[in-house]
Amino acid sequence: MEVTVLLFASYADALGCSSTTVTLPPGATAGDALSAIRRMPGAERLPVAPMLAVNEEYARPGHALSSGDRLAVIPPVAGG
Amino acid sequence: MRTALVRHEIDPAGLLAEVTRAANGAAVLFVGTVREVNDGRAVTGIEYTAYEEMAARELEAIARDAAATHDTEDIVVEHRLGTLALTEASVAIAVAHPRRAAAYEASRSIIEEIKRRVPIWKLEHYEDGSREWVNAGTGASR
Repeated sequence: MEVTVLLFASYADALGCSSTTVTLPPGATAGDALSAIRRMPGAERLPVAPMLAVNEEYARPGHALSSGDRLAVIPPVAGG
Repeated sequence: MRTALVRHEIDPAGLLAEVTRAANGAAVLFVGTVREVNDGRAVTGIEYTAYEEMAARELEAIARDAAATHDTEDIVVEHRLGTLALTEASVAIAVAHPRRAAAYEASRSIIEEIKRRVPIWKLEHYEDGSREWVNAGTGASR
């Protein structure tokens, strides 16, 4: 299945893109998608456990993904 | 209740007018502005970016929670995106309530929750021409 991965702010700068697509086996989790992202150049600048969101809601690494989901890797927020 | 991410200048007085009703005895207006020094560095402006779909949802959820907790629908929140100069408003929160204690508490809880969980990021521009993401060094899990 294919999942869209969204990157923002310092993470987008680190990996040199704001979105990418990863192909994962059925039953894969948000953490598995993150592992796929970690193979990209620049990913060593991501922290050990970044915040994740699936389809615009915060999610844990164990969150099961479905084809077409949007996984966001969320840098420390700084609104206000 | 109304929440929005905006790319135009925030009009705090307009937000205050939106929550003004005869039933309310107190209105609290919080305005966050761009400050000239952060961590000892001279700031000339801040660029705000967001995961817009999620930020809009989180902002609305925060206002909805505050409305339920404090029993008032008179809450308006706007957060600015784009490049802001010093003193410009990045966020404004207007809350009105029959009683002042609840108005203050709701206002405070909304700004603290925004800072905790709305996916918005600040790229600070410094006097020496450099730029840096605020908080980028602290990649801690929520």
